[in-house]
Amino acid sequence: MNTNPVFEKIENDIKNNDVVLFMKGTKDIPQCGFSATVVQVLERVGVVDFMDVNVLADAEIRDAIKQFSNWPTIPQLYIKGEFIGGCDIVREMYQTGELLEMLTASGVKTAEK
Amino acid sequence: MGMSAQEIEGMVQVAFPQAYIELQDLAGDNNHYSITVTDESFRGKTRVAQHKMVFDALGGHMGTSLHALAVTTKVPLI
Repeated sequence: MNTNPVFEKIENDIKNNDVVLFMKGTKDIPQCGFSATVVQVLERVGVVDFMDVNVLADAEIRDAIKQFSNWPTIPQLYIKGEFIGGCDIVREMYQTGELLEMLTASGVKTAEK
Repeated sequence: MGMSAQEIEGMVQVAFPQAYIELQDLAGDNNHYSITVTDESFRGKTRVAQHKMVFDALGGHMGTSLHALAVTTKVPLI
C-alpha cells in the first residue's frame, strides 16, 4: 500500500521512539519559529529525550512526511506512533494541560520540574 | 507567493458559510496570518480533523503559497 520507500523509515522512527518531532532545524538550533515553539513546549512539559528529524537536511523526508501524515506543514509531532498535530495544536494542548496528561497516560518519561 | 487576507477569508467563508471567522494579518507581508474559525461542523471532531477541514478549505495553498497561517478552531458555545 505504501508506495513511498521513505514511509518505511518514518514508520520505524515513530515506532522506535516515544516522541518524534519532524521540524525545520534541530532541537538545539531550530530554523523556524513554529518548530522552535514545539521544542520549547516539549522542554516545558519535561520531555528531554525526544528524537528530532530535521526536514531541511532531507528533501525526501520533507515531502514524504506531509503525505504520510496527510498534513501540509512542518513541524509535526508524533507521540507513541500517533500523529498529534502541528504547532498550533501542540501549543493549545500544552495550555489546556492535555499534552502533559497524554504523555503521562501513554507512559512517556518526563523530567521532574 | 503569499495570499491576500481577502483571498484567505473568502475561501474559508465559502467552505464554512455559517462560520465566525477572525483573520489577523501578523506581518503585512501576505504570508503571516492567524485565523480563528468558529463553526458548528467542528463539533465532535478531533483537533487534527478540524484543522484538516480548514486546510481543505484553502485548497492546497496551505504549506505551499501560504507559509505561515496559525490556525485555531472552535466549536460555538450553545
